[in-house]
Amino acid sequence: MKYYAEIINENGKIAVDDTILVKDTLSTAGSHILDGYKPLFSAEAVERLEKAGFDISGKTHVGEFSLDLVGEFSYYNEFDKDEALKGAAAELVNSDKVEAALGVDMNGAPRRAAALSGVNFLKPTYGTVSRYGVISCAASGEQLGVYGKSADKVAEIMTIIAGVDEKDGTSLRTEKYTYDTNADVNSKKVCIVKELFDKADDAVKAKITAYAESLKAQGVIVEEISCDFFDTANTAWQILMCAETCNNVSRYDGVKYGHRSEKYRNIDELYVNSRSEGFNFLTKTVILYGSDVLSKTRYTDCYEKALKIRRVVADKMKALFETYDAVLTPVCTKDEYKSYDIKDAFTKVYAESVFTAVPNLIGTPALVSGGVQLLGAHFSESTLLSLAKSVERKGE
Amino acid sequence: MAYELVIGLETHVELNTQSKIFCSCGGHSSPLEPNDCVCPACSGMPGMLPVMNKRVVELAATAGLMLNCEINRYTTFDKKNYYYPDLPCAYQITQLNHPICVNGLVKVKTAAGERDIRIKQIHMEEDAGKLVHGGNSSFVDFNRTSVPLIEIVTQPDFRSPEEVVTYLGKLKSMFKSTGISECEEGAMRCDVNISVREEGSEEFGVRTEIKNMASFEAIDRAIRYEAQRHMDALEFGTEELVQETRRFDDVSGKTSAMRNKETEADYRYFPDPNLMPIVIDDEWLEEIKRNKPVALDEKAESYSQAGISDKEIAMLMSEHTVAKLLDDVIALGCNPKDAAAWILTDCAGILRKAGLKLKDLAISAEGLSFLIKKVDEGKLNRGAAKKTLIAVIEDGADVEKFVEEQGFLVEVDNSQIEAVIDKAIEANAQAVADYKSGKEKALMAIFGACMKELKGSGDPAAIRAMLIEKLK
Repeated sequence: MKYYAEIINENGKIAVDDTILVKDTLSTAGSHILDGYKPLFSAEAVERLEKAGFDISGKTHVGEFSLDLVGEFSYYNEFDKDEALKGAAAELVNSDKVEAALGVDMNGAPRRAAALSGVNFLKPTYGTVSRYGVISCAASGEQLGVYGKSADKVAEIMTIIAGVDEKDGTSLRTEKYTYDTNADVNSKKVCIVKELFDKADDAVKAKITAYAESLKAQGVIVEEISCDFFDTANTAWQILMCAETCNNVSRYDGVKYGHRSEKYRNIDELYVNSRSEGFNFLTKTVILYGSDVLSKTRYTDCYEKALKIRRVVADKMKALFETYDAVLTPVCTKDEYKSYDIKDAFTKVYAESVFTAVPNLIGTPALVSGGVQLLGAHFSESTLLSLAKSVERKGE
Repeated sequence: MAYELVIGLETHVELNTQSKIFCSCGGHSSPLEPNDCVCPACSGMPGMLPVMNKRVVELAATAGLMLNCEINRYTTFDKKNYYYPDLPCAYQITQLNHPICVNGLVKVKTAAGERDIRIKQIHMEEDAGKLVHGGNSSFVDFNRTSVPLIEIVTQPDFRSPEEVVTYLGKLKSMFKSTGISECEEGAMRCDVNISVREEGSEEFGVRTEIKNMASFEAIDRAIRYEAQRHMDALEFGTEELVQETRRFDDVSGKTSAMRNKETEADYRYFPDPNLMPIVIDDEWLEEIKRNKPVALDEKAESYSQAGISDKEIAMLMSEHTVAKLLDDVIALGCNPKDAAAWILTDCAGILRKAGLKLKDLAISAEGLSFLIKKVDEGKLNRGAAKKTLIAVIEDGADVEKFVEEQGFLVEVDNSQIEAVIDKAIEANAQAVADYKSGKEKALMAIFGACMKELKGSGDPAAIRAMLIEKLK
């Protein structure tokens, strides 16, 4: 595997996933369809970091539109057959080549990458970080987040990039957010959802159990509960995610920029051949699935139902967070993955997303740390970061 | 057999805003080079997000109020998916489920009488770009993409092409006179839904839709052609009518099929997650109502009562800047009828000679009312006033400055007038005697003599009052 799709500054301190635009720098979201695309402007988060004195090191490889597990299906990158799958940005952070990195969490890829590399990734509350300059797929649930080796580093970067941006209509009106990593965690309540825990293999189960023990050592109360809606919530998110992605990537048609097929005699062939050549098998599957759930005959049963489920899940999670400060879950079923056939990607990612989908579906924050995940209520980032830091400290 | 025509309209109107609906590009598509007025957002680049132009909401709601609609306090946007090279995102942002205005009503008066046309809804949406074909290639011009539109959808309430054209004329003058739309060439486009049924029947016939027509004349011809085609099919079985979309060819004067119901596109509408629902609260709605220009009917009525002719009213209705000038001049205390004549006869004449149009009239309300008042007071004669207007219109002169420089103002002092009146009384002894004995008409002879002596200077009303006072 390679880390960088494009290097900007060897001494830069922040790496940026290729789903995020950096002015005049190749930005392709790992897709052949965006071949040669150099944007005229940078993402708001990138601008804010540069203004704060953080240089960007370069653009890191992602899987095409970040639809895969951790970045294995980029048009511009490949993994050896027996190489363990890793995320490029997460690995750069893990090996201290950069201080932190930015990624877009749309269907869990950055969180899984962070878990497999053993670094932190915070997917913040929806609307707190501007999505201006994100190569958008699923606008209603994707969020720009931060990879960092420590909770403190994540908090530092978040303080810089979060806050209202007029260029993003979904940006919340709050000027500045503060991220506290030193809140008292004593007698905070954390639950483990049995149904999610049971999906993981023994190695991951052991990680969860050890993490729970570390939390308890800090005075945190950890309880096991039963929750039956995570599978349904995941299905709902996959429906919405595919529908919105199908719609957002429809602008890549070979007419204006990016890849254009050489084989066409008319406009229909230009569309069909450019897109057939430009998208990989996984993206095509998502497009088909997304077109289907939005079609007249399926809209009510699929798309509309998914919107209703989103509301119900939001209510149920809100009730859960009245009792618990956080939910402790696996991030993936295993702690190591190898290369596999792209034809299996859709079902594989679908199955793994049961751990990551709820925060995308309802806009709540999720923090991956030490190979596990902490879910919290809207705006509970400080609680999640403080819990993670209390465990980090113990490990020192 | 007698047939009845049933027609419903979807009318797209380009709104007159400073910028496009979801980005800050200039809103106007007219006289620019191709792709002059585009940015990453309206040309569909990745990473850009739509940001709502508040003015579009206000103009759409204002149009709704003028068409007697209810304003939905909660209004949302949807994405409509289809591929066409002039649509850079391959979807159009429009309103499906929660349009801004619903349930309106417009009265349409034709020779056949007055009919209520119900407005089903008005929604906001973005326009698409344009394709330019040349040689073996086609070119895309995105200047018009994301220009704000409203689409006004009626119920199937029209019964004749005359009613349709009258309705469209009414919309056009209403929007143009109030500045909601410039209504320039192509800025108002229509889809016509048409069916024919036996007179007296409650059932609707097979409906066809004729797409995208911009001229009233074409719409009129298309309806007549299509109605005849339907009637021939029903009466003589010339063909089987199917529900379909058709286009009208201006040259042949005929409609032809574009696509039928079976091959109709599925637009896969869904709510746009990038645009938060818009909530119009009481305060905002009140503000929109407060700023609503006076409705055309009311305005025309008040002009008519002030003695302005129908022809002049028609001119005023088609040029909102001119109507505004007249309103301002009236508000500054001028007589409406006189003011209308000054604008629509004197100014219009000068403009015509200079090769300009009425909408090019650039004179301030203050300047014009100054001229009108000075003429009324007799301090400025009409010829001088006209010379001033020419200087203003042709050379952009300032009214008051020009009048002063040219020494046009005649300052008349009262002692001089008194002397003239005394002289006239002396010289018209018989008329004075007649007046004093009750013959009021005799006053005119003495007054006329005064005016003759003053050579038209002085305020006639004031002179008349002074004369009457002296004769007491």
